[in-house]
Amino acid sequence: MKSTTMLLGCALFAVSLGIGNAQAQTTLRMTWYSDGNEGEVMSDLLRRFEGQNKDIKIVLDQVPFKAINENLPVQLAAGQGPDLARVADLGGVARYMLDLRPHLKDPAYFETNFGPFLEWMRVPGETTSIPGFMTQLTLTGPFVNKTLFEQANVPMPGPKATWEEWAKAAKDVAAKVQAPFPIAIDRSGHRFFSLAITQGAKLFNEKGEPAIVDEGFKRGAQIVFDWHKNGVMSKELWGSVAGTAYRGANDEFKNAQVVMYESGSWQIGQFDKTIGDAFDWVAVPTPCGPANCSGMPGGAALVAIKTTQHPKEVARLMEYLASEQVAAEFYDRSLFVPGHMGIAKKGLEYKSASPQGKAALKVFNEGVSQLSPVANKLQGYVHNRVIFNAVISRLGQAIAGEASLDEAYQRIESDVQQQIAERTKQ
Amino acid sequence: MTGLQRLIGERRMPYVFLLPNLVFFGLFVFVPIAINFVYSVTGGPALFPSERPYVAADQYSYLFDCGSYVDPNTCREDHFWRGVYNTLFFSLFQVLAMVGLSLLTAVVLNMKIRGRGFFRAVYFFPVLLSPVVVALIWKWILQRDGLLNAAITGFGGDRILFLTEPGWAMFWAIFVSVWAHMGFYTLILLAGLQAIPSDIYEAAEMDATPRWRVFWRLTLPLLWPNLIVVIVLSLIRAVQTFDEVFVLTGGGPGTSTLMVVQYIYETAFSNQVQNFGLAAAASVVLGIVLFALTLAQLAFTQRKSS
Repeated sequence: MKSTTMLLGCALFAVSLGIGNAQAQTTLRMTWYSDGNEGEVMSDLLRRFEGQNKDIKIVLDQVPFKAINENLPVQLAAGQGPDLARVADLGGVARYMLDLRPHLKDPAYFETNFGPFLEWMRVPGETTSIPGFMTQLTLTGPFVNKTLFEQANVPMPGPKATWEEWAKAAKDVAAKVQAPFPIAIDRSGHRFFSLAITQGAKLFNEKGEPAIVDEGFKRGAQIVFDWHKNGVMSKELWGSVAGTAYRGANDEFKNAQVVMYESGSWQIGQFDKTIGDAFDWVAVPTPCGPANCSGMPGGAALVAIKTTQHPKEVARLMEYLASEQVAAEFYDRSLFVPGHMGIAKKGLEYKSASPQGKAALKVFNEGVSQLSPVANKLQGYVHNRVIFNAVISRLGQAIAGEASLDEAYQRIESDVQQQIAERTKQ
Repeated sequence: MTGLQRLIGERRMPYVFLLPNLVFFGLFVFVPIAINFVYSVTGGPALFPSERPYVAADQYSYLFDCGSYVDPNTCREDHFWRGVYNTLFFSLFQVLAMVGLSLLTAVVLNMKIRGRGFFRAVYFFPVLLSPVVVALIWKWILQRDGLLNAAITGFGGDRILFLTEPGWAMFWAIFVSVWAHMGFYTLILLAGLQAIPSDIYEAAEMDATPRWRVFWRLTLPLLWPNLIVVIVLSLIRAVQTFDEVFVLTGGGPGTSTLMVVQYIYETAFSNQVQNFGLAAAASVVLGIVLFALTLAQLAFTQRKSS
């Protein structure tokens, strides 16, 4: 009886210890979206972090990209957001981000390695906050189905080829191999502007205010419009939906229906994994226009959210994930262009990538040096989504035959003006 | 309960039983309507009404700022007006097709045909499906490499991009909506047909009245109350259409199948530049239209009962 009582006492003590531990543990929620395998990689890294930090537990909520852009901002505005989130519309949600400086051991490390990109995460006029770090730097650029070129016996244009040269070659190939999409461009503002900026679009006036429609912009819009008329592009992307809806051609490219697909570096992981050796694909430098051969930069950042009850724990997690070794592993395994200056300088091996995946990453890494200042300025502009939305929506209407290009230009200007006025209303 | 009745009196007891329902109704219907109205007279990007600046009727003025209401291109918020006209077009043809086909099907299913039970189930089955599932099924059928194009090219025809041509896209939006909901309205009309006393038909038969005359002079007038319900319900539903068309066509090509509810949804939530004030104002306008339709239904129903 006595030994039973002692045993029961020990068990109760052990259970109470367990409860004590559980109570001391802080739970952080991280909202995350994935283009490829980065969710798995992040999950691995978080388990490792939890192993080293028994007092922190992280719940990784994996959601679609659409939820990050549409639902998360409403959650954040309602004060119901997670502790951390991976976001792409950096300027749009900047006002909900937490400045981690008071909680970071070494804020200078973040400034040194993520400095140029931190500006994208700050509200206008604010120059010092550190809300997080870039989980990837993205760059728009084309992927080409090399096998289709070989089957059609058409030579691939060289590295400095123009958009027009690519369009001609892609159309020849498509005609010979019966591919339905000579060129596909994601229905996205970033992708359109990668073309428009090569045509000389300046986008901002001397005061730094948006002045979207200029001669360069018109040249870019005319090219996309004409390509839909002459069959270089199919209406199934830009002409098929209303408003600002995003449409990609990933599946069509993976099914070898697209000769040249203007998308971006984030696709490499999934193409590498899903296309395998079904056909040869390559990334090529952004085609050139009269002004330059620049792509559009972009990216996603993991940021701390202002409403978190655990800023210190969030900062500890952020320091771990942004540390050079961990970040390098993340970029390397996810096949991402690094958004960390130190790692970018040293370069990555991309051990898990196939030879064509590695080659594609090399092309995109080199593309970073080709970026036009206009492209960087547009990416850093806090209302860039307003511009992207107006352009997609109105150009889409022109392509569908509902409006002329001139009408679309007028609407783009007035939409941008009205939406910025609404967004800045206090 | 007897104690409560003694306390408040018998006459007040019905309100006690109504109270729980009224509380829920008020909380989930009237309060949101009031909040929506508050949003419609405020502006800016903030979520909480207390943080939003009062802008009076600015949102309504913006919506109704048109050179000519018959030409959306002359309107400042042309997408709203395109949505209005698309919804009107969609509602008109969808309701006509819905009522016509439901009536035809109900009449046929009311006859003594073989496999009547099976056909009744078949026509009702799509009603059980989620609108998203319905739209995805039809999207697979209608897309470039879909079932329909496979059949067309199989017979030597040219592939048709049904969802990128404005005319075809609207046709299929109406078709799919009718296909998905027809079973419900057929059921209402079938119930109406079965409620018509058979002795009337027997009398007509004894008088050797032609069948078309029986239908026109007997069936249709006696079915009229059910037809009114079907017309009004399908009209309200057509005006509210969103999910099926949104998944099937995304409102495109261009804005050719953009409906008012999709406009409201995109303006408020999907634009990344959320404009709650404008979306709320458009919701109020839509609410007024739906309220008018509901009043019309009530008026018809009351006329019938009197």
